[in-house]
Amino acid sequence: MSPELLNVLEVMLNGLLAGVMYSLVALGFVLIYKASGIFNYAQGVMALFAALTLVGFQTGQIPFAHVINTMFGTHVETWGPGVPTFLAIILTIGVMVLFAYLVERVVLKHMVNQAPIILFMTTIGLAYFMEGFGDLMWGADIKTMDVGLPSGASTWFETTTASWAAEGSNYPGMYVDMLDVSAAGIAILLVVVLTLFSQYTKTGRALRAVADDHQAALTVGISLRTIWVIVWSIAGCVALVAGIMWGAKSGVQFSLSLIALKALPVLILGGFTSIPGAIVGGLIIGVGEKLFEYSIGGMLGGATENWFAYGLALFFLMFRPQGLFGERIIERV
Amino acid sequence: MKLKKMGIALLAAGLMASSVPAMADLVFPALSYRTGPFGANGAENADGYLDYFALLNERDGGIGGIKIQTPECETEYKPEKGVECYESTKGSGALLYQPLSTGITYQLIPKVTADKIPMLTPGYGRTSSANGKVFEYVFNFPANYWDGASVGVKYILDQEKGDLKGKKITLLYHNSAYGKEPIRTLEELSKKHGYTLKTIPVDSPGQEQKSQWLEIRRDKPDYVLMWGWGVMNQVAIGEAAKMGFPMDHFIGIWWAGSENDVKPAGEGANGYKALTFHGVGKDFPIFKDIETHLVAKGKATNGGKNIGTALYNRGLYFAMLAAEAAATAQKIHNTKDLTGAQMRDGLEALKLDKARLEALGLPNFAPEVTISCENHGGSGLVAVQQWDAKAGAWKLVSDFMPSDREIIDPLIKADSEAFAAENKITPRECK
Repeated sequence: MSPELLNVLEVMLNGLLAGVMYSLVALGFVLIYKASGIFNYAQGVMALFAALTLVGFQTGQIPFAHVINTMFGTHVETWGPGVPTFLAIILTIGVMVLFAYLVERVVLKHMVNQAPIILFMTTIGLAYFMEGFGDLMWGADIKTMDVGLPSGASTWFETTTASWAAEGSNYPGMYVDMLDVSAAGIAILLVVVLTLFSQYTKTGRALRAVADDHQAALTVGISLRTIWVIVWSIAGCVALVAGIMWGAKSGVQFSLSLIALKALPVLILGGFTSIPGAIVGGLIIGVGEKLFEYSIGGMLGGATENWFAYGLALFFLMFRPQGLFGERIIERV
Repeated sequence: MKLKKMGIALLAAGLMASSVPAMADLVFPALSYRTGPFGANGAENADGYLDYFALLNERDGGIGGIKIQTPECETEYKPEKGVECYESTKGSGALLYQPLSTGITYQLIPKVTADKIPMLTPGYGRTSSANGKVFEYVFNFPANYWDGASVGVKYILDQEKGDLKGKKITLLYHNSAYGKEPIRTLEELSKKHGYTLKTIPVDSPGQEQKSQWLEIRRDKPDYVLMWGWGVMNQVAIGEAAKMGFPMDHFIGIWWAGSENDVKPAGEGANGYKALTFHGVGKDFPIFKDIETHLVAKGKATNGGKNIGTALYNRGLYFAMLAAEAAATAQKIHNTKDLTGAQMRDGLEALKLDKARLEALGLPNFAPEVTISCENHGGSGLVAVQQWDAKAGAWKLVSDFMPSDREIIDPLIKADSEAFAAENKITPRECK
């Protein structure tokens, strides 16, 4: 193969893997929207908060240390060496479940039957509150995320693909980041688990019933409020996965909340109500933006990825307003 | 009812008394950002800035015997918040603003000029404000972005034994006015030295840079220069390390040279370089004073946890420049209490030589500084620091080198004159 063709393949492969990273964020949005009709603006901040909490447990950081020190003139920072990663993940999941419970108790309970725009505004408030709360709880400094996932170039893949190139072309081989490959594996696992959960468990079926028709679900005795706690808990766990993956790339810092911006075109394209849509949408956006940047970006001065992703999503929106996999919007008069 | 009103009045008076500095104090408002996406960097800088002034108050009783006030205002690195902070603090007798943001700087240039309060933007802001004839109240010494670009190329030139013909240099930049600052200088220098320049933008915030780094991997440039900020730096350094780009051929501007930028990449960041206009580490006598007068007494900002980091040292240096200018102004005008205009005079007469730096407990911490009415940009001397991942520390790997004035001075002249024409400013005479 010619090096040019191999370059295109490399760009596509990395686009697919980047798309999976976007999908991880989009999944959380889909879960909550599907079950409650709420577009959760706070999903990005949830990823940040989950990642901060995980690193906090791993490193033995004392929550609210800055506040404690200011109030009592102490100099406490850590309570010990921290807990092993596996235990830290379990504890973080616990925190995210508690967070879901509090969101339902303190916020959502009072918002039942409100217009979608009010619910959306509520999540904006929640996002800013959580960002400030996360800052108070864990501090604003940049933290290193290490959960033991492989990272860096795959030399095996580089060597193998280098041998595909024509002799004498001096092709270095394709680059693929093992962290992105791990993310893809975890995303597949996540989708399988979520699908099995929604198909084969009683709670999963209740979730689907609520997603299909709130009123009908209520009439058969499904507690809407319990379902909301469950779905926000699951979205919190998905946010933790997204926070781990993105945090491993850039360190855990407050700009992590901005990864939500990467999920929006994926949602527009894949649909707000479809888990497979979030995955396929992510892959299309990932490959599309990377190929566009590679082939045309240079002629336009580069940095086309952000606007191209939204442009592509808008294009799909014109033909399928509900997204590729979203439920068709039918309103009868 | 009367009692209630009286209580409210007393409370209001109490609050005002606690937030507004006494008129006789020297006021240096600290426009800082400790929250949001750039909070980690902003906090370190602010800690250094506040600690230096706190040290002067504790150890020397202020500047010339007058206590210093540093009312802190959170800008969140947002221009509109920065302007709010300026407006809310300028009436307190503010002597100097250091907004720590190019975006805020641009908003404040007309305001500080009208209010006659000087603004110092070391290593950021509008590069052509080095021309004091046009920018009467704006200073950007000791170095600006064009100095950085020039010294970056000079350093590469030294590494390549004086010959850059046929070499490829890539500029990876934040796709903003800040990131685009060095392009013109690098283009001019490429004509002079014969290297090929390629510029690759990264959209803010820069969490996804796969395309850019695959392009760099394909192009195989000899050197990559980076004008980044915040998460863009951490991702870029991480991607470079993963792709096996030689880190000692990767050089960032001083805003891409903090511990925050390299630590997330772990061992992979070893050897990465960045430009700097001041010293690194804690091996200076002043840190003993900080320990004695602030840390030991529990008065260090943030419990002293950032002492000695690259950005803490920069904040410390920024405050030192301000304090020295204030002391100079007190001498020139033979008064302890200063106005903004007098502070401007102090800045324009600032002279920091080796002996003075040593007396301040900062021997060889920075190059000598001499400012004048026409030169608000200083000497433009810049050094290169390198990250040692094992030691977890930066070390200087070059001397402070001069920038290429032959290239930069005409650029400053052209840009400042264009600004003057656009804003109907008649450049002042400097005697």
